[in-house]
Amino acid sequence: MTNNNLTNSSLIQLSQMLANKAISSVELTQTFLNRIDALNPAINAYIALDKDKTLAQAKAADVRIAAGNAEPLTGIPIAQKDIFCAKDWQTTCGSKMLANFIAPYDAHVITQFNAAGAVNLGKTNMDEFAMGSSNETSYFGGVKNPWDFDRVPGGSSGGSAAAVAARLCAAATGTDTGGSIRQPASLCGFTGLKPTYGVVSRYGMIAFASSLDQAGPMAKSAEDCALMMNVMAGFDERDSTSLNRVKEDYTRELAKPSSSQPLAGLKIGLPKEYFAQGLDDNVATVIEAAIAEYKKLGAEIVEISLPNTGLSIPVYYVLAPAEASSNLSRYDGVRYGHRAAEYTDLMDMYNKSRAEGFGAEVKRRILIGTYVLSAGYYDAYYLKAQQIRRLIAQDFVEAFKTCDVIMGPAAPSTAFKAGEKVDDPVAMYLQDIYTISTNLAGLPGMSVPAGFSHGLPVGLQIIGNYFDEARMLNVAHQYQQVTDWHTQMPELTMPKDIA
Amino acid sequence: MALSIEDIKKIAHLARIEVSENEAAATLTKLTGILGLIEQMQAVDTTGIVPMSHSQDLAQRLREDIVTKTNQRDEFQKIAPVIGNGATEKAVSHGLYLVPQVIE
Repeated sequence: MTNNNLTNSSLIQLSQMLANKAISSVELTQTFLNRIDALNPAINAYIALDKDKTLAQAKAADVRIAAGNAEPLTGIPIAQKDIFCAKDWQTTCGSKMLANFIAPYDAHVITQFNAAGAVNLGKTNMDEFAMGSSNETSYFGGVKNPWDFDRVPGGSSGGSAAAVAARLCAAATGTDTGGSIRQPASLCGFTGLKPTYGVVSRYGMIAFASSLDQAGPMAKSAEDCALMMNVMAGFDERDSTSLNRVKEDYTRELAKPSSSQPLAGLKIGLPKEYFAQGLDDNVATVIEAAIAEYKKLGAEIVEISLPNTGLSIPVYYVLAPAEASSNLSRYDGVRYGHRAAEYTDLMDMYNKSRAEGFGAEVKRRILIGTYVLSAGYYDAYYLKAQQIRRLIAQDFVEAFKTCDVIMGPAAPSTAFKAGEKVDDPVAMYLQDIYTISTNLAGLPGMSVPAGFSHGLPVGLQIIGNYFDEARMLNVAHQYQQVTDWHTQMPELTMPKDIA
Repeated sequence: MALSIEDIKKIAHLARIEVSENEAAATLTKLTGILGLIEQMQAVDTTGIVPMSHSQDLAQRLREDIVTKTNQRDEFQKIAPVIGNGATEKAVSHGLYLVPQVIE
C-alpha cells in the first residue's frame, strides 16, 4: 500500500491495519508527520507540532495493540484544534494573548482521546478565540484552502479543516459556536458534525460563548465522525452544562441492512428560507442534486419554514459577544498570558496587556459585548436577543413536527478569496446565516460533501432534532454509500520521496 | 442609537482595552456597522416571551461540598507572565503574583 492510500484510508481501515499488524502506529504516525513536513509550510494548518510527544504516544499505542486491549481509535493520529488544552502542549487559541501558554492540564476531549489510545498529531490553526469564518483572524497567519491556495478554508476551525482535506491527519477535532465546524467542512469538502449542545464536555476547551460552544468531529466520512463521537461524547461533571445521559454508540444506525431504498420513510424538511436570496446559484444547484439523490434513497421531501432564520445573525452578534466579553475578561496579564512590557499602574497594565494581546476582531467583539451588557442597554439588547432566541428555537420545534431531518446548504457560497471579506465584519458574519440558528437552538448539525462548483467543494447541511446524531450520521452515511464526493481530495504536489 | 467617539472610549475603558485616538475612529465605523445589523431585532414584538439562556431547560447541578482539587500552585505559576522588555523573570515571588502597587 502506498503512503497516499494510507493517509486516505478510513478510520476503520486504519484500525484494522493496526489490529492485524499490517502497519504499526509509529509507522502510520510517521507517515502523517512526513506529509505534514512536506505540506504544512505552505498550508499552515498546524501551529504546534511536538514529534517526540506524538511518537511517544504512537509507541505506547503499539504496546497496547500488542497487548490486545486496543480500542477502535488506538494508534490513530488525530489533529487537535488549538482551542483544547493539552497538558504540556502549547495551547494558544490562535491568539498572541496565549502565544506562550503551555497548558497545565488536559481538556476533557483530550483526556478522552488519550484514554482511547489515540495519537495527538499536533495543534491546529484557528481564528483567534474562534472568532471568525475564514481563519484570517489567527495571530499565527491564515490557512490555505487545499483546493485552491488563494482561498480561505473557512473558520474558525480552519486548520483542522485544511488538515482533514489535505490528509494531514486521519481525523480532527473542531468546535462550533456559530458554524465553525460546518462552514469549513463545506468549504474544504469533508464531513463535520456539531453535536447537540451539552453532549461533548467543554471542560478545558477555551471559552468563547459558553451557551453556544460545542466540540465535534471533522473527518473524511460520516462513519469516521461516528467513531470520533464515540470517544468525544459523554457526561463530565466538570462542565456544568454537560448532559448526564446514557452512553451512546454513534455507529449503531450505520449497520442497518442496506436495500435500494435504505432511507424509505425518512421525511426531509427543506426550509424555504435556506434557498432564498443570498444563496449562490451554483451552490443551490448542487444542493438540489443532493436532495434528488435522497429521493432515490427513499426519502420524502417536505416543505417547511423557519421564519426567524434572518434574525439569527443579529441575535448571535448580541449573545456571542456578550458571553465573550465576560469569558475573555480573565485575560488580564496577571497570572498567565500576555503582559505588556511597560505600564504605569495596574489599570494601565490591564489596558495595555489586553490591547496588545488581542487582535482586531476579538477586540471588536469584546467592545460590542461590553456595550450590550452595559447599564441601560441590557433589556434592549441582551434580553431581547434571548427572547428572539426562543422564537428561533420554536421554529425548529414546529418544523420537526412534520419532518425527521432538515436539509439545506451549510454555507451561502464556496470558499472565498483570502482578503475578500476581512475588512467587512458584517459580510463575514453572513457566512454563518445557515448554521447559527442551530447553535442558538442547541440542535445538532452536519455538513456533508455534496459536489463541486467551479472546482470548489459544496457542503450539504443536515440538521437533526436534539440527540438525533446517530440517525443523522446514518442519513449522511447512506448518501456516502451511493456518492463519492466525500472520497475526492485536492491534488497537492508532494516531493517524490513522500508521495 | 448612534455611537460617538466618546462612547467608544467609554466602552473601551469598561472593557479594559486601550484604544488610541486613531483606532477609536476606525472602531466607531466598524461597531456602527455591527450595531446596524443588531438593530434588526427591534422590529420584533417579543412581549411575553420568556428569554432563553440555554437550549436544555435544566436546573444547575449541585455537588457535595468536598475537596476535589489538589494544590497545583507551582505547576500553574510556571506559566506566569514575564516582567519587562526582553526579560525572562516571571511575575511571581514567594508563591505570589507580582503586579504594580495597588495599595498606597
